[in-house]
Amino acid sequence: MASVPTTSPIRLSRRRIGDRIGDLSLRTITLAAALAAVALFGAIVYKVFHLAHRSIAHYGLGFLVHRTWDPVKGIFGALPFIYGTAVSSLIALVIAAPLAIAIALYLSELAPRHGRLLIGSLVELLAAIPSVVLGLWGILVLGPFLAHQVEPWLHRDLGFIPLFGPPQQTGAGLFTAGLILTIMIVPIIATISRELFIQVPSELEEGALALGTTRWEMIRGVIFPATRSGVAAAIILGLGRALGEAIAVTQVIGGGTTIGWSLFRPSDTLASKIAGNYQGAATVLESSSLLYLGAILLVIGLITNLVAQVIVRRFDPLRGTR
Amino acid sequence: MAAVAEMSLRATGRVRRRKLVNRVMEGVGTGAAVLAIGVLALVVTSVAVKAGPALSLHLFMRAPSLFGGQGGISSAIVGSALILAMATGMAVPIGVLTAIFLVEFSPRWIAAPIQLVLDMLNGMPTIVTGIFVYGLLVIGHLQSAYAGAFALAVVMLPLVARATQEVLLLVPSALREASLALGVSRWRTVVGVILPTAVGGVLTGTVIAIARVAGETAPLLFTCSIFSPALSTDITHALPNLPVLIFQYSEQPDPSLHQQAWAASLVLMGFVLVASLSARALLARSRRKLER
Repeated sequence: MASVPTTSPIRLSRRRIGDRIGDLSLRTITLAAALAAVALFGAIVYKVFHLAHRSIAHYGLGFLVHRTWDPVKGIFGALPFIYGTAVSSLIALVIAAPLAIAIALYLSELAPRHGRLLIGSLVELLAAIPSVVLGLWGILVLGPFLAHQVEPWLHRDLGFIPLFGPPQQTGAGLFTAGLILTIMIVPIIATISRELFIQVPSELEEGALALGTTRWEMIRGVIFPATRSGVAAAIILGLGRALGEAIAVTQVIGGGTTIGWSLFRPSDTLASKIAGNYQGAATVLESSSLLYLGAILLVIGLITNLVAQVIVRRFDPLRGTR
Repeated sequence: MAAVAEMSLRATGRVRRRKLVNRVMEGVGTGAAVLAIGVLALVVTSVAVKAGPALSLHLFMRAPSLFGGQGGISSAIVGSALILAMATGMAVPIGVLTAIFLVEFSPRWIAAPIQLVLDMLNGMPTIVTGIFVYGLLVIGHLQSAYAGAFALAVVMLPLVARATQEVLLLVPSALREASLALGVSRWRTVVGVILPTAVGGVLTGTVIAIARVAGETAPLLFTCSIFSPALSTDITHALPNLPVLIFQYSEQPDPSLHQQAWAASLVLMGFVLVASLSARALLARSRRKLER
């Protein structure tokens, strides 16, 4: 407004001034909203670390490698939960990644054209099942089934591998948690991968087929190389989801503070330990140690996401959520 | 005769193996898709079957009882609806405005970091969001429905922002340019031309976001989980809600509580599935309209 000289023969109409004010205020309001979102993120990081500061001051980084969690003696360490998080997510990843890629290939290359949309949205619906419902199903249906049908059999025939120890009565344990996480992340990886596969230029695909490759050779030679890093990002996003899932895992993992080989033992992940203690802790140190677990989870979650986002951004600046 | 055999189109040797590998891989793909849909069907039907015996008018009329057995889930349905409505009221304005800023006003070098922050917010473990709100609003006070709603709003915000951004980007630039060329100011263009074109997409995006957070339990555990089961609409106290109810009942040994948890799951899952399915269908339609 200062830029318009007052001596100008052209008078600013009331409308013009109104527009300037309107422009400025809409710009300011939307900017404020965007900054609020950024501030929110900063506040979350600050607050979580602030809440955990007592335990951080008490244990320092050694907390990460302490393997005792004993509220009675007042000794706390995060290693069992970091281990539980790593193992359950790894189980999920090992099963989900190939399965999801196969589904994405089916949806983008094989499925009958008119059924594609329907089948694709059914797979996406799998991601829409609330985690607490999946957890309920996990502990009341899947767990007992695994404990009585699958785990005894694995233990009997493959028991020489220490991973397949003696099964539990209820089926609550790392293995069940890994399977539930698998169900949760398959649709995430599959949906993103399908979109990547569809974007591969059809000239390339048809060129390969015209040279006489089979469909699978075309997929291996054209589609996979073209989408490799995008699929990697999708898998990492799935991993991030698995690492941070609290509720369904809490319901099916059984709870435990020891580290052992067997996948059938009840244990805990970072997220499930926090969620399982939502009704409060006995001492200040215990509650602040639980929040320290939350801070570790936050850092792991942010790193995983950042890696995925960096990879995604090299592809397409507008994808990456979901 | 031998010459004829050599001319045969039947695949042999290497070609045959390649075709076999191809066939096997196609089978794996199809099998994986069937497996995924099978798991979906399995979960949905077992929830429906297990909830069946508990379904009655009674269930929707009564509040949960303190001792299990005879209770219903009415107050949890009311509580969930209230919390979701409040969360939507908080997340949608901020999310839509943020998206307008990113698409319509901001230069790239500002948009990129904000976008990254939104994506990181989206990937944040929701239990951490719960801890944050616990530290912000619950410590020193009590758990409350608005604290729970705020936590859900934090989860919703990046979803709404992303959905809005996608629709805004679909608004044809010819429309935007035509308006500006007529001398219409920037803000009138946004408010009078762009938003009306995009409003359908924003609404469906919001419904999808609501469906996504309706089942979120982790953000509510530390903010809205210690409640009295009676029907109440007092948002300054923790209100009973479906996800936390299911979670708590699933941790109990009592089979009658399990049955109510199944019934509550059916209600929650039914809402989420119907909402996200219909929103998706609408979204596909409004997109087609915009892209034409």
